Amino acid sequence: MTKTILTVDDSRMMREMLLMVLQGAGFNVVQAEDGVEGLEALERTTPDVIITDINMPRMDGYGVIEGVRRDPRHRATPILVLSTESSAEKKQRAREAGATGWIVKPFQADTLLDVVRRVSA
Amino acid sequence: MDAMDAIKATYFQECDELLASLEEGLLALEAGEGDSDTINAVFRAVHSVKGGAGAFGFEPMVEFAHVFETALDAMRSGKLDPDPDVLKLMLRASDVLADHVQAAKGEGVVDAARAQAMAEELEALTAPEAAQRRKRKVRPSADAPASDEWGFTVQKFDFGDPAPAAGGWMLTMRPTAAAYAKGHDALLFLRELSRLGELTTRLDASALPELGALNPEESYLAWTVELPSEVEEAAIRDVFDFVGDDCPIELTRAEADPAAEAPAPAVDIEALLASVQDAPPEPGAPGADEKPAAAEKSAAKNASPASGATIRVDLERVDRLIDLVGELVINQAMLAQRVAESELARSSTVAMGLDELEQLTREIQDSVMAIRAQPVKSVFQRMPRLVREAASATGKQVRLVMEGEGTEVDKTVIERLSDPITHMLRNAIDHGLESTGERIATGKPEEGTVRLAALHRSGRIVIEVSDDGKGINRPKVREIAVNKGLIAADAALTDDEIDNLIFLPGFSTATTVSNLSGRGVGMDVVRRSIQALGGRISISSAPGKGSTFTLSLPLTLAVLDGMVISAGDQTLVAPLTAIVETLRPKPDEVRPLGPRGAVLAVRGSHVPLIDVGVALGMREQPIDPCEGVVLLVESEGGGRSALVADEIQGQRQVVIKSLEANYQRVDGVAAATILGDGRVALILDVEAVVEKRLNERQAPLAKAS
Repeated sequence: MTKTILTVDDSRMMREMLLMVLQGAGFNVVQAEDGVEGLEALERTTPDVIITDINMPRMDGYGVIEGVRRDPRHRATPILVLSTESSAEKKQRAREAGATGWIVKPFQADTLLDVVRRVSA
Repeated sequence: MDAMDAIKATYFQECDELLASLEEGLLALEAGEGDSDTINAVFRAVHSVKGGAGAFGFEPMVEFAHVFETALDAMRSGKLDPDPDVLKLMLRASDVLADHVQAAKGEGVVDAARAQAMAEELEALTAPEAAQRRKRKVRPSADAPASDEWGFTVQKFDFGDPAPAAGGWMLTMRPTAAAYAKGHDALLFLRELSRLGELTTRLDASALPELGALNPEESYLAWTVELPSEVEEAAIRDVFDFVGDDCPIELTRAEADPAAEAPAPAVDIEALLASVQDAPPEPGAPGADEKPAAAEKSAAKNASPASGATIRVDLERVDRLIDLVGELVINQAMLAQRVAESELARSSTVAMGLDELEQLTREIQDSVMAIRAQPVKSVFQRMPRLVREAASATGKQVRLVMEGEGTEVDKTVIERLSDPITHMLRNAIDHGLESTGERIATGKPEEGTVRLAALHRSGRIVIEVSDDGKGINRPKVREIAVNKGLIAADAALTDDEIDNLIFLPGFSTATTVSNLSGRGVGMDVVRRSIQALGGRISISSAPGKGSTFTLSLPLTLAVLDGMVISAGDQTLVAPLTAIVETLRPKPDEVRPLGPRGAVLAVRGSHVPLIDVGVALGMREQPIDPCEGVVLLVESEGGGRSALVADEIQGQRQVVIKSLEANYQRVDGVAAATILGDGRVALILDVEAVVEKRLNERQAPLAKAS
């Protein structure tokens, strides 16, 4: 069955890249341009995995993670953080907010798919 | 790889937008208008440029962006004060970053020494931390394969070797409720471990309460997993790295018979996986069975991506639409003419329906034109850099003030605004503003101000470039013009006329040719390129206070309001914007001048008469102006002229058809159009007609002086 992945990233380039990699691997992809849109998308769709950027306008990735974890419908959905940031403090903060994993940009297509498959049962 | 190229193109497009918002943000901060949101936006811009650069392996850009980002991060966290010096440095850094982007596009090279110096300056901003940071930063891009520091490294293992039973690893994992709450799943840990080698797994369900007391949100299960001895400890720990304390593990080397220590009966991994998948609600892992059902629902709904407020459309499609609407306008006009000729009553339903059609056609045309309209911001945003560079090249202190960046104008007009604006700004800095020393001596602020503004005025876009410099040096301009034979030594010129002499071909006021304004390109070239767009340029100046260049352009190059006139057997269209008034001269107002020329007395002043038919080579002899009509036109620099035509047919909006694209360039003709009756009419290039005539008049003067 086709799995749906919600990607939340303010960079059009990143969204297109994720789309190419994920669609190419047979996933259904729903895109959002920032945190606010990401949470709005969850009103309409139930993704199997959420991939979110951290630095975004309007609502950052931490906001997305907290929002998802508060939402009874989506709170157990795995959330992967995709960010150029790699500092331990930031990861710890994401982990505490409820992130399932962290992938550092730039990502390798294989690594990304591997991680996505790993968290999507 | 096509998809990759497309993404790269998107990235570069995005870079341009990000660089623009970076500059905009820094300028806002410099002007004291920024807040923490501005700093965040500036940080994000550099951050995103870096992210993409890493993805495409633009290493030098990544390195530079990283240093820049570090400095911005310090600013964001309040460790670095955004004072003017810091912001000036960052503006220069944004220029270097822009150079990197250009280089990555293959459209330029980065001055390595400049980039290095800039990187060092940026690092110095966060000096106390710099050393530590340098040590720490093995950049993410550089370690792409290890890009999953939270334990997502893919371990490659040889599954061929049979694992020795004894001396293997004993792993106990106790996922907490928190782990499940964050989307982790015991099943997935086991699956991951199974990749490392053959597993022997035992489920510890001893903590599982009676069904009635069971809290489905709680975690009760633990597993003991035996792994082959040759599996590396780090690989096992990696599996649990990202879950951290939410799933405590104990990892030991098994020494004795593992079965003796086992807390519970051994469970085969396959059976365990099967039980987890098939069993009714697995108490410890609510996510495991809720999700498939939910996912099914989502697939059924087939949710579409969030739609934005804008769409991107191929420009060709828009142009095609504009062409078609142009045809529609022509057809509608033809139809209207036919109906008018058919002697149907004005109040007939056909005539009234046609009126409505005309109204609608106009509205469609306006709406379609609006699609192509864009804010001039895209051109304006390139100017701060230009001003910075011009300022440093001339050693002057310059502040650029921009207004009306949101003013919209047709895309083709925007594209052609860049060069004239660039030239006028450079000119203002190079020739307009005084040196710092001079400014201080005359009691002006050290920093010169150059203003760039855009506004709409009577259906045209007006661009103003003004400076608070010394203004036009009129005696000198006059002297040069006389020396170069552009005017007669005793010519009586108004201040405005003297100022506008600088637009004459071959005029240059700079006594020393700086490498900034460049050699050979004068204001005459700027004027000509503006005129080619159907625009006008003029200057006003106040000695000691500064000069203002005003440039006005049509909002679109696709339609034109024109006056339809006839000359000989031809129908011509004169752009309405060029016409000041129309009149029928009386015989005593026409005075001959020279063998072929004549002037017309208009309210006390004399303007040269130009026969349109003769000017375009359609007839040898001018008609008697008193028999025809005169269009009084105003041109830049050349003052007023009177164009003589046979008669005026009417006034209408026409769709411009390029003559160059369909035939060839014709002197004195700007373009062509199709009229309502299906006839082709030429659109007059009033400036060219007048200029040609003025040159004929000036030539003998030049010889005489």
